[in-house]
Amino acid sequence: MKFHHFKTSAVLILGFFCLLSINSCKPKTAQSAAVGDATKSFIAPGQHDEFYNVVSGGFNGQIGIYGIPSGRLFRIVPVFSQSAESGYGFSEETKPMLNTSHGFVPWDDLHHIALSQTKGEHDGRWAFANGNNTPRLARIDLSTFRTAEILEIPNSAGNHASPFITENSEYVVAATRFSVPLDDQNGDVPINTYKQNFKGSISFVSVNPTTGEMNIAFQIRTPGVNFDLSRAGKGKSNGWFFFSCYNSEKANTLLEQNASQRDKDFVMAVNWKKAEEYLKAGKAKKQTVKYAHNMYDEKTHAATTSMKTDVFVLDPADCPGMLFLIPCPKSPHGTDVDPSGEYIVASGKLAASIPVFSFAKIQKAIDDKAFDGDYDGIPVIKYEAALQGEVTKPGLGPLHTEFDGKGNAYTSMFVSSEIVKWSLKDLQVLDRVPTYYSVGHLSIPGGPTAKPHGKYMIAYNKITKDRYLPTGPELTQSAQLYDISGDKMKLILDFPTTGEPHYAEALPATLIKDKQRKIFRIEENSHAFVSKGEGQSKVERKGNQVHVWMTAIRSHLTPDNIEGVKLGDEVYFHVTNLEQDWDVPHGFAIKGANNAEILIMPGETQTLKWVADRTGIFPFYCTDFCSALHQEMQGYLRVSPANSNVALLFSTGTNKPAVSAEGAPAAETSKAPPAK
Amino acid sequence: MKLHLRLTTVCLVGAILFLGSCNNEGKSGEEKSSEAQDKPADQAEVHGTEMKAGDIELTTPLNQQWVTAGKGIYELKCQSCHKLTDERLVGPGWKDVTKRRQPEWIMNMITNVDMMLEKDPEAQKLLEQCLVRMPNQNISKDESRHILEFMRSNDGIQ
Repeated sequence: MKFHHFKTSAVLILGFFCLLSINSCKPKTAQSAAVGDATKSFIAPGQHDEFYNVVSGGFNGQIGIYGIPSGRLFRIVPVFSQSAESGYGFSEETKPMLNTSHGFVPWDDLHHIALSQTKGEHDGRWAFANGNNTPRLARIDLSTFRTAEILEIPNSAGNHASPFITENSEYVVAATRFSVPLDDQNGDVPINTYKQNFKGSISFVSVNPTTGEMNIAFQIRTPGVNFDLSRAGKGKSNGWFFFSCYNSEKANTLLEQNASQRDKDFVMAVNWKKAEEYLKAGKAKKQTVKYAHNMYDEKTHAATTSMKTDVFVLDPADCPGMLFLIPCPKSPHGTDVDPSGEYIVASGKLAASIPVFSFAKIQKAIDDKAFDGDYDGIPVIKYEAALQGEVTKPGLGPLHTEFDGKGNAYTSMFVSSEIVKWSLKDLQVLDRVPTYYSVGHLSIPGGPTAKPHGKYMIAYNKITKDRYLPTGPELTQSAQLYDISGDKMKLILDFPTTGEPHYAEALPATLIKDKQRKIFRIEENSHAFVSKGEGQSKVERKGNQVHVWMTAIRSHLTPDNIEGVKLGDEVYFHVTNLEQDWDVPHGFAIKGANNAEILIMPGETQTLKWVADRTGIFPFYCTDFCSALHQEMQGYLRVSPANSNVALLFSTGTNKPAVSAEGAPAAETSKAPPAK
Repeated sequence: MKLHLRLTTVCLVGAILFLGSCNNEGKSGEEKSSEAQDKPADQAEVHGTEMKAGDIELTTPLNQQWVTAGKGIYELKCQSCHKLTDERLVGPGWKDVTKRRQPEWIMNMITNVDMMLEKDPEAQKLLEQCLVRMPNQNISKDESRHILEFMRSNDGIQ
């Protein structure tokens, strides 16, 4: 969503449009809100929700997991940002997940969710998400709710039209918002040479059907427009992808005005089956680029980065019949495909109507060559030839459309702050409800699939204002839940969300709740520094690095007395949680740690790097309340001067037998020379 | 949140909800506890089958393969809390445990700790002394039998 900068003025704009357009704008105050129906969103204590809602966190770079209909927040999954909860992106094992060709990027902007599908329906395996700023795609495993993989996208800038997915998860796409000089070109050019030097790019990323592993199968080079959003065709339109494009003016400054000149921009239709044929026929050119591919391994409990150096690129000039453009009123935003695959709903956010295109008519127009010239060599289909019809006077600022599987479409209206329900059959408006305030995306469980569950709809609003107890200038984002099981949409719940949600998907809880991973089996832990049992805990020095193989179990850390560390040493605490019981993580923190703490799940090993910055005694302890004796779960590390001869010693409990030849009895430590 | 959960569990032993005990192996000899079945909204959880007196056959000489396997599991999953002497660490030392307890009591404690803490008075007494619930360490029935053999070996049985 590109409306962040509108926030401050949105209410003024709203008021202005209220004066202009009384029929579509209702009074927008909290007092006028319908009374929520608490019984419909009430989930009794101990009971579970019907749906998981996988919600993008926007500028926080994370994903929120909520229950529907309760609106309760269960988990925040770190994806493109470091997490001051799990240690993701801080621990030595997870740092590589945030590597890019630009180095370590600790925070990105996550906009859209695509859940994996089989035969057009959710299959509950993975969630995909886009990194918008430094272009990347992430895959989240829905049995662990952890980020399993991150793939950087070359030739791209602002990975906004992403990650939309095909009906059998063959591809997720990544289309660039900013056109830019390509990665293998000299990018040091005057910005006003945009029209000559700036190109667009759409990446088709294949998904391994068994492992989920992502790979850039090919890229399509496009004219230098901005790509906004996308959907795959489905059913009869499977094999096609539809992208909304704006800035067909190719402006490079003040886009607010200069990219809004033309009466129509485009929806780009991509025949990806055709693209596959051209790829197979050797039409793609290999381009040298650089991008990172990061994978997390649940056995070694560690991520690795590999740098990739080439990508295959298809040029539309060599590939006739691969790309077509459909004119679309002013700066289209959402481009959504109905459950049958026949209708493509494009929301021109500055337009007064919503055009609905017909897949069958698009095919006929292509066959009949019903073209209106071309744009940079790409045929432009005549608007009327592709059009099924227009939803007239739907409201102001249409953005996104979801479907209920019962023949109805629901379009969010940012400017008039409402959701409009209309019929796919005759394009007539059936109902409208206000949102609080300025709705962006909306989500119906299964909404983008071939089989939506048309029971609930969630609105993710951009402006919160007075909906909750105020918390200074910075507010939570508000979401609203509507019952859409009847003819009229009914507001039943308001709930706060974290970050700034853009798109979200929801799927039935039954698809994934019984396959949740509860622990990591300690027997399968193949971390390079695992301690499989307390007997394997030890401390070793390698130059100025000190490695501590540490175990955690209720309620002690082993070793818990460590001496012989010297000023300036880098100490790596490799902490293995020996528990094999669900929901018994242990934490680890040491005084003066400059980076983080870590949290270790049962059976897992995680590593905190710590540098001894002064001599003295440094306490460490478990940060996750684990048992009645949690407060006893602690230890001490002694740091001596660099030239000291204090021997490396470690122990837990003076009555514990020495665990290795290097480990002298704890009582002898008093003989070591005192720190100076 | 976790603090409340743990304290409540520890204090109100008689009235505990089943905490998540986890066994991903789905061994054929195991079945869903009745508690889990009575609460359909809960995760289906798998606990070991309760063993009764007479279910376990003790033989001599000891099965040395089992002793070795049991020692391996001890070092991985038990040693942090149980010494092989009679000294208490987090839990009681193992010396002479096979003389103090019936074999089915030992194996139920290993595989069915939630059930034991709910209904066995001896297990409840131990919790009052040690104040840490013995963790479910995801140990199968066969593995618990191996641990028992290792305990017998530790108690001097040949």
